Amino acid sequence: MSYYLAVKEVWRNKGRFFLFSLVIALITTLVLFIAALAEGLAAANKQYLEKLDADLIVFQKNVDLSANASRIGRSKVNDIRRIEGVSDVGQIGFSNATIVFPDNREPLDVSIIGIEPDKPGAPPVTSGNNLQLDRGSDILIDANVVNRTGIKIGDIIRIKSIQGTNEEYYELRVVGTTDGQQYLYQPSVFIPYRTWDQIRPQASSNPSLVELTSNVVAVKLLENLDIETMREQIATQVDGIEVADIRTSYESLPGYRVQQSTLNTQQFFTLLIGILVIGGFFQIQMLQKIPQIGVLKAIGASNRTIAAAVIFQIIFVTTLGVLIGCLVTFGLALGIPENVPIMFLGNSVAIAIIALLLIGPIGGLVSVRLAISVEPLIALGLSA
Amino acid sequence: MTPVIETHAVTKIYQTGHLTVKAVDQISITINQGEFVGLVGPSGSGKTTMLAMLAALLKPTDGTVFIDQHNLAEMNEAEQVEFRRKKIGFTFQTNNLLPYLTVRENVEFMLRLNNQYNLETRQKALDLLIRLGLEDRLDNLPNQISGGQRQRVSIARSLIHDPAVVLADEPTANLDTERAYQVTKLFADLIHEQNKAGIMVTHDLRMCRYVDKIIQLEDGRIASILDTRQAIEELVSCA
Repeated sequence: MSYYLAVKEVWRNKGRFFLFSLVIALITTLVLFIAALAEGLAAANKQYLEKLDADLIVFQKNVDLSANASRIGRSKVNDIRRIEGVSDVGQIGFSNATIVFPDNREPLDVSIIGIEPDKPGAPPVTSGNNLQLDRGSDILIDANVVNRTGIKIGDIIRIKSIQGTNEEYYELRVVGTTDGQQYLYQPSVFIPYRTWDQIRPQASSNPSLVELTSNVVAVKLLENLDIETMREQIATQVDGIEVADIRTSYESLPGYRVQQSTLNTQQFFTLLIGILVIGGFFQIQMLQKIPQIGVLKAIGASNRTIAAAVIFQIIFVTTLGVLIGCLVTFGLALGIPENVPIMFLGNSVAIAIIALLLIGPIGGLVSVRLAISVEPLIALGLSA
Repeated sequence: MTPVIETHAVTKIYQTGHLTVKAVDQISITINQGEFVGLVGPSGSGKTTMLAMLAALLKPTDGTVFIDQHNLAEMNEAEQVEFRRKKIGFTFQTNNLLPYLTVRENVEFMLRLNNQYNLETRQKALDLLIRLGLEDRLDNLPNQISGGQRQRVSIARSLIHDPAVVLADEPTANLDTERAYQVTKLFADLIHEQNKAGIMVTHDLRMCRYVDKIIQLEDGRIASILDTRQAIEELVSCA
């Protein structure tokens, strides 16, 4: 009965309900794009760290888990390696460089990441070969570099780096590609750690360091060990270091938390606006329908029947709006350029859609309450 | 003659702040099966309040109401809703029909509400609408038909589910005289044919031409009961 009433009313007022579904569709598009932007920006910042095949990351002490500020010497790496429960460690260095092209193509800024081949920190190779310790001029590039430049395995690429005050160029041969491994909003290239130490931009072109240092150390633990216990153990046994799990590490990336909280706040307020808009629409509609509801109750329709009819309508209109919004978003997403950091991931899209589907009934609760409170006496022009 | 509506010293007092208004005062009436009664009186005489109490929409402050031998005071709210659905047919002055249902759907709605919707009852609804001269308007929405037609649809809806009592609140108030007479006559004919007990509240005495009994209210009390054809005709002719 409720379904019958709801469907008939929607069907006979198609224009009005469809227009309102379009409003919900716009809200849906906005929410999905904000969610995708949050994911895209987060991924552009953290993708490499998030996918890292390691359990813990070791930073220098008192640098607020900032990889750029952190320096870990080889001796400390050996100390960490010797701790019971540590399976393997790998040094990682982060820096920036630019891929330049002989033709007029736009140079591409990349994160240049030094890793130890086959050690924690080395990305998985999706095609081609892995880096090798004895082949210092090999380079792995991530899928984003491939997509944006068209570079392929076997190509020789030129990397520009600032050494002192001079621009230096290094030629490296692409031996393989990895999946998306962006870091600090740039696509990444991976080179053997010792090569990285030479190529990375440095204040002096002839650095004289006592020992080989990296920014951070990726630690892989033996299986079935409690990560938190091991984190504390490593931090206690080796002086001058700070240890963080992967999540804490990428959440400490510059701007990560601020950016995510900003986008989440935007998303929250968009949903809140959605609740208010839906609530307002159904409330106004219900106010116009009070005499009708009075007649319905007077002739014997129960509160349950009426409330269920209102809820059916809200669910129908919201679902239709969300569906249209998803299709519009999908259509728009197809036309978005590659370099825009928008990423539609199953989880975040699903959460956004569930939230959008819930805002209808939540927003409509006030109108349901109003419908229930209507006195049947209104049908006779009386009030209780 | 079986009494379908019986009230015993029904009183309704409204309390608004310090103001006490006795809208209905000690009214006792009996209305039998097949009887069409006009409840008349000036504005504020208590006729709509009386109708609301007969429809289980309003609880009397004092006294008892029996409809079809059910004491309304003994029912809880859910039972009263069910009672209204099954035992009472309603026609209101305005906002009678659901604007998003067609003429036919509005009448069939009562069948759906009472789980009586089937091929047989659908045919019954169709026959009733044809009887009321609405065969050309079956698929029209309420805003596509005239006020008189809307009231006829409303009459059909009030009778289709076979209620014990049919209540009409000023059903002719928004109609011109000719249409008002037509509607009242149709109403009376159907009540007599279907052997229902019917009450029509009206402030227009002319509309009582087709009723079997007139109960006149004044200040919440019964001023007179006219139950002979001659007395009714005399009153109507004076109006």
